[in-house]
Amino acid sequence: MSNLPAHARAVVIGCGIVGNSVAYHLCRLGWRDVVLLDKGPLPNPGGSTGHASNFIYLVDHSKEMTALTVESVNQYKEMGVFTQSGGIEVARTKERMHELTRRMSSAASWGIEPVSLITPAKVKDLVPFIDESIILGGFYTPGVGVVDSLRAGTIMRERAEASGALQVVAKTEVVAIDVERGRVRCVRTTAGEIEADTVVITCGVWSPRVARMAGARIPLTPAVHQMIDVGPVPRFAGAKGDIEVPIVRDMDTNMYERQAGGDLEIGSYAHRPILYDPEDIPPIERAALSPTEFPFTQPDFEVQMQHALELMPEIVGDEKVGVKYAINGILSLTSDGMPVLGESPDVRGLWSAAAVWVKEGPGTGKALAEWMVHGESEIDLHSSDIARFHEHQRTRAHVRARAAEGFNKTYGIVHPSEQWASNRNVRLAPFHDRERELGATFFEAAGWERPMWYESNGPLLDEFGDRVTRRTAEWESRWWSPIINAEHLAMRERAGLFDLSAFTIFDIQGPGALGAVQEVTLRQMDVPAGRNVYTPVLSHNGGFKSDLTVMRLGDEHFRVVTGGAAGMSDKKWFADHLPADGSAQLFDLTTAMTTVGLWGPRARDILMSATSDDVSDEGFKFGACRTIDIGTVRVLASRISYVGDLGWELYVSIDQGLKLWDMLWEAGRPFGLAACGIGVYGTTGRLEKCYRAHGNELETEYNVVEAGMQAPRVKAEDFVGKEAHLRHREEEPAAVLCTLTVDDHKSKSGEKRYMLGREPVLTRNGAAITDRHGRRSYVTSAGAGPSVGKHILMSYLPPEQAVLGTKLAVQYMGERYPVTVAVVGSTPLFDPENTRIRS
Amino acid sequence: MRVLVCVKRVPFTGGKMVLAPDSMALETRHLGFTISPHEECGVEAAVRLVEVNTGESVVLTLGPPEAIEQLRDAMALGIDRAIHLQTESAEWDPEATAAAIVDAIGADEAASGPFDLIFFGNESADSGGYQVGLLVARALGRPAVTGLKGVKVEGGSVRCEQEADGGRDVYVVPMPAVLTVKEGLNLPRYPSVPGRMRAGRKPVATSAPTQAPARLEMVRLVVPPGQGRRAEVLGSGASAAPAVVEMMRKIGVA
Repeated sequence: MSNLPAHARAVVIGCGIVGNSVAYHLCRLGWRDVVLLDKGPLPNPGGSTGHASNFIYLVDHSKEMTALTVESVNQYKEMGVFTQSGGIEVARTKERMHELTRRMSSAASWGIEPVSLITPAKVKDLVPFIDESIILGGFYTPGVGVVDSLRAGTIMRERAEASGALQVVAKTEVVAIDVERGRVRCVRTTAGEIEADTVVITCGVWSPRVARMAGARIPLTPAVHQMIDVGPVPRFAGAKGDIEVPIVRDMDTNMYERQAGGDLEIGSYAHRPILYDPEDIPPIERAALSPTEFPFTQPDFEVQMQHALELMPEIVGDEKVGVKYAINGILSLTSDGMPVLGESPDVRGLWSAAAVWVKEGPGTGKALAEWMVHGESEIDLHSSDIARFHEHQRTRAHVRARAAEGFNKTYGIVHPSEQWASNRNVRLAPFHDRERELGATFFEAAGWERPMWYESNGPLLDEFGDRVTRRTAEWESRWWSPIINAEHLAMRERAGLFDLSAFTIFDIQGPGALGAVQEVTLRQMDVPAGRNVYTPVLSHNGGFKSDLTVMRLGDEHFRVVTGGAAGMSDKKWFADHLPADGSAQLFDLTTAMTTVGLWGPRARDILMSATSDDVSDEGFKFGACRTIDIGTVRVLASRISYVGDLGWELYVSIDQGLKLWDMLWEAGRPFGLAACGIGVYGTTGRLEKCYRAHGNELETEYNVVEAGMQAPRVKAEDFVGKEAHLRHREEEPAAVLCTLTVDDHKSKSGEKRYMLGREPVLTRNGAAITDRHGRRSYVTSAGAGPSVGKHILMSYLPPEQAVLGTKLAVQYMGERYPVTVAVVGSTPLFDPENTRIRS
Repeated sequence: MRVLVCVKRVPFTGGKMVLAPDSMALETRHLGFTISPHEECGVEAAVRLVEVNTGESVVLTLGPPEAIEQLRDAMALGIDRAIHLQTESAEWDPEATAAAIVDAIGADEAASGPFDLIFFGNESADSGGYQVGLLVARALGRPAVTGLKGVKVEGGSVRCEQEADGGRDVYVVPMPAVLTVKEGLNLPRYPSVPGRMRAGRKPVATSAPTQAPARLEMVRLVVPPGQGRRAEVLGSGASAAPAVVEMMRKIGVA
């Protein structure tokens, strides 16, 4: 056993698939003196990797997850530990068959091929022991396979060791992590100390416990996944390998069945959620099997046996085939189903790669290592960023509530707009009661309850009649109301009042404030005080880290306003780029301020009637921000718009938010002011104006020129991503963000269908469209455009297709719909001259 | 033929045993529960005998409500029904246990006729008293043979084999009889899924026995030294050879 070095460039804690991958990729990218620790023995130290089912399905509705998985498979293949078996997700219900057509779409969007929908008879051909009479069909992915994750970990570890860059120390437990001035300094172990200013926690289900040693939080919960192994299966008696028959996912029962040599392994996500705390996991020496293989709880598996028996009676019903092994395997779940990656917002130099499963392990290891070494990863990890969590989302209770709710949706049919039911009403706007009285349907954003539409606006449906498109298909009507479109039209004709409380707001103040904001923003921040600037925030490679608004409130005072979803990550990004000398400070005002939006042609009339300050166009130009009095309330008004109409964002301290709402509501009455939900703000208003959204159009994988957001000039000051941005301006973009409209909504059945986003954009012949970087064209955002009378889609298209009038198609629910390129670049579809905003 | 097998719910201890703070019980927070390997062989023997000779197999346990798991496990393997003598206090001494079992057997036999064979494990996996089987046999006035590695029914008798130095001791006793068996008697089967599903529907007769005053008192438990050692993988393939050699030198065999 090797001795501990006194110093290390980085200490990686945990030798599961993730830790081995991270350590290997760090060394591959040039780091040396990396130490990989585990308290357990090698090659199986006792974590979740050791009992993983090890199969990999490629297609996920999440682009990020699919990308990590595909990259992982490539690595497993390169290491020679991948056995391709194929996999079939079978449907027992009609709803599931629809879902499988959605999976076909996701496969095409993310470039997973081949995939096909197959008949029960074809499923039977591939999996002869299935009872095809109880299924309606299957989604077949021939590229699905099984890996030897322990072997892969060993290979990566040994490669890194062979390069001389990595030292592996097993059977050594971390007992403390010292932090000094907010930064990791030293890892204390049972075998001594290692000084290191970079520590990676890849401890799977133990991660929260290890993070806590450094005063940091990794919000995940250990949870049970039940697995049994039955055999010997006569049909597999001559099996030469681990797997020769496609793996079956019995989606409607939340179960899977796979051959494992001469046996059949049956796994379940169907049982009641069984959650633990990291402290519940026994020490290695006290575990009967491995620490993460808990005693099987038979009562939780009763229905599952029935389901397995129904699907595979030949094997499961065989009296001679016995249950040889059954465990409650422990794995990691998070509150939103995504991993926990990146540098902790609590402690500098403390990195997390947790809640990562075998299928995305090596890809995640590579991405995290890139992030650590280069400052960003090739794959955009914003949905997995550990910094994404708001405070309440890091609590044990929240993680457990959401993990429990999400667990049984592992194979669920999850609508893109589906809302969580647990732990709601966490953050309420000061005017929440008013919204409730107006019959708001609340959607959650960063814990805030935001009205999506108001039932009290029902009468607007009559007013606008045929201009409001109705949807008859249940899927598109779910989590949606035509009232959204009616509210939109009311705003366009009169005015709308919006709850924007979910904004994340923070100030950067101090002598170094200007330099600090300049460094992280594309646009010029050295503007006169009283101006707001919408700006992309770039990654080092010139992709979109975020987009947000900065108001200059004084020479040394900037206020940053960003969305709730990206808010915490943005805050960390700004905080990380503050000057080291302390000459600028960040103050989070999210819970001190609330925001109301007022937009529409009558917005000025309304505001004028509520204030004596000058809000005329001459007195309050577009792009200006300043404090005005509305009654007794001092309000920071910012003339800006995300919906394409004249109006203001009105910022007020949270205690007076209700007062402001009431005064505006009263002032708006004579002008026909309507309360408008986020359906208008986030979708219909935005899409008509072709405004881009972070996480949809704006990801690190696309650059400013591709998004059509380049300014005529680039500021002279340095900023993150500048070099790359200058390069992007010189080259022909590989793709251009376009706005498309749907030509015909009619499906084969005659029912009109409306895309919801993330569908593949194809040629009219149905061929995939790929740009020169290998990126597929897909719908980044979709929604109604009530004022333009069209369903609007956005998509990046290669230059050949990015031509006005190009006829293309979108694949949705198994059918292709004709679409046409309506805008190339960022010119709005509605009011292209922006006269409304500037009126 | 009617066969009874008596089992005891015990912690499944694959790792290092840790005692509860008062040293009066095993710390079971991380442990699953099972029956002893001896009893598993008893269950298997009971199932096989009834498969061959027809009749009825019954499993009996004296233990906490959770011991229903062990009864279901046995029924998943083919036992027809279960008797659960449900207890509250943690440990019953062998005499009290035997007395309760004898009462239960009496009641069952009064209703359904005598058991031809009653199986026990040679000793329980936890307290290892070696008592209960013999005490029950004595109370019932039936022949008892212990430590069996072979059991064969021959007409109205049962041929019992014990392992002995250099061979086997063989006893032929008339039925009804009480047999305590050891691991190795047979190779117990795994439960099939249909078996598991059937087990949930099989009858369990639950009753609360009265506990006779204990005459055996537990003072405290001690974990023997050396318990819980684990195998260590020295490596794999040719590259493991140096480590193996080093280890052989260290332990003095090379």
